[in-house]
Amino acid sequence: MNSVISIHTIRFILLAITQALIFNHINFLGYINPYPYLLFILFYPVKNNRMLFIFLSFLLGLTVDMFLDSGGIHAAASVLVAYARPIFLKSTFGTIYEYQTIKFNNVEFGSKLTYIAFLTTIHHIVLFTLETFSTSKIILTLQKALFSSIFTILLCILLTIIFSRNKT
Amino acid sequence: MQQIINFIIRNKTFLLFLLLFSISIFFTIQSHSYHKSKFINSANFLTGGVYNSVNNISEYFSLKSQNQILAEENNRLKSLLYNSSIKTDTSFVDSTKFNGLYRFTPANIIKNSYSLNNNILTLNKGKNDSIKEDFGVISSKGIIGIIDKTSANYATVISILNTTSQISAQLKNTNHYGSLKWNGNSPEFVQLVDIQKVAPVKVGDTIITSGISSIFPKGILVGTIQDFKLDDAENYYTLNVELFNDMTNLEHVHIIENVDKPEITNLLNE
Repeated sequence: MNSVISIHTIRFILLAITQALIFNHINFLGYINPYPYLLFILFYPVKNNRMLFIFLSFLLGLTVDMFLDSGGIHAAASVLVAYARPIFLKSTFGTIYEYQTIKFNNVEFGSKLTYIAFLTTIHHIVLFTLETFSTSKIILTLQKALFSSIFTILLCILLTIIFSRNKT
Repeated sequence: MQQIINFIIRNKTFLLFLLLFSISIFFTIQSHSYHKSKFINSANFLTGGVYNSVNNISEYFSLKSQNQILAEENNRLKSLLYNSSIKTDTSFVDSTKFNGLYRFTPANIIKNSYSLNNNILTLNKGKNDSIKEDFGVISSKGIIGIIDKTSANYATVISILNTTSQISAQLKNTNHYGSLKWNGNSPEFVQLVDIQKVAPVKVGDTIITSGISSIFPKGILVGTIQDFKLDDAENYYTLNVELFNDMTNLEHVHIIENVDKPEITNLLNE
């Protein structure tokens, strides 16, 4: 139990720092940045205290906001994704989730991909809508959200493959 | 009463979500309004300290290009100095004129940002260096922004690449002025709006700050006119201005304090 807490604390700090110092200065094609700090929310243990989980997501989003001077957009998007996570867990993993025996290391790749893709897209749409904060630039907002989502999804998949513990 | 408590206990997750979500929306709305007090900014000791220690290392990578920029500026200042017609007599220093109207402080940018709609930079000078809100920030090539929040050792700057920023600027040839805004599209161009239709606007003309807002002195370079068009009512020009500054590569900047600003604002408020 103790090791789980320490792993997630380290993951929290590491993702916030790398987001602020590396991933936010990529600026691919001028404006496309990935937001892989989402991995913390995506792969938080399924058996959890939901209130603590939502609060931690809020804290992570707020930390990123503080580094980027962006008000509360990351906090809002993170809290929303954390709250909506059980719905997507249920729809993508189905029965494995219902029995509460899910382990992110050994689920099918396809369902993992859809799970990451759904939550990332929602997160980014909320994020960029709040960032632009105007209805007149809706096309630009959606365009930014789409490109950044693709980047984030690719990066999340790569990071999970690199850092997954192989149990064969 | 019992029922209310039961309701709260049953829906505690949803209520927590709603609370945290509205807090973040509140922060977001605050960040979109100009100069509102906000708690979440990168001028605090934690984020400022992290950015500063990382910048101590990463500034070595741009050393060569920054040296180049400083050498160019030195060259320009030297040519101004030796070609000036005013001969300064070094044996006599007029102490009544020794303190100028503007006070300059050098600073380093430790966090740059240009890909968002509301870009905010972080500097490594703060209240301890008597930096306050509403001081101007320029680089050797032109205008950068206005100081927003300060902590003991750090300050945040509202960049000109910020959709809420609004700085008074004018044509260099004539005194027709307008306000400098950004539409959020490209970090190389800003827009100068509300220039009178009678103004002689030409592509390639230089835009400078007007000094009306008493933040910047008159004559700080901004950019050149890329193209222009009349607005919908056909009374004012909207100019597309190409910046002299490369906003994606900034390191050494100067903070300008207008010493007479309290006097001017006092006069205007009377």
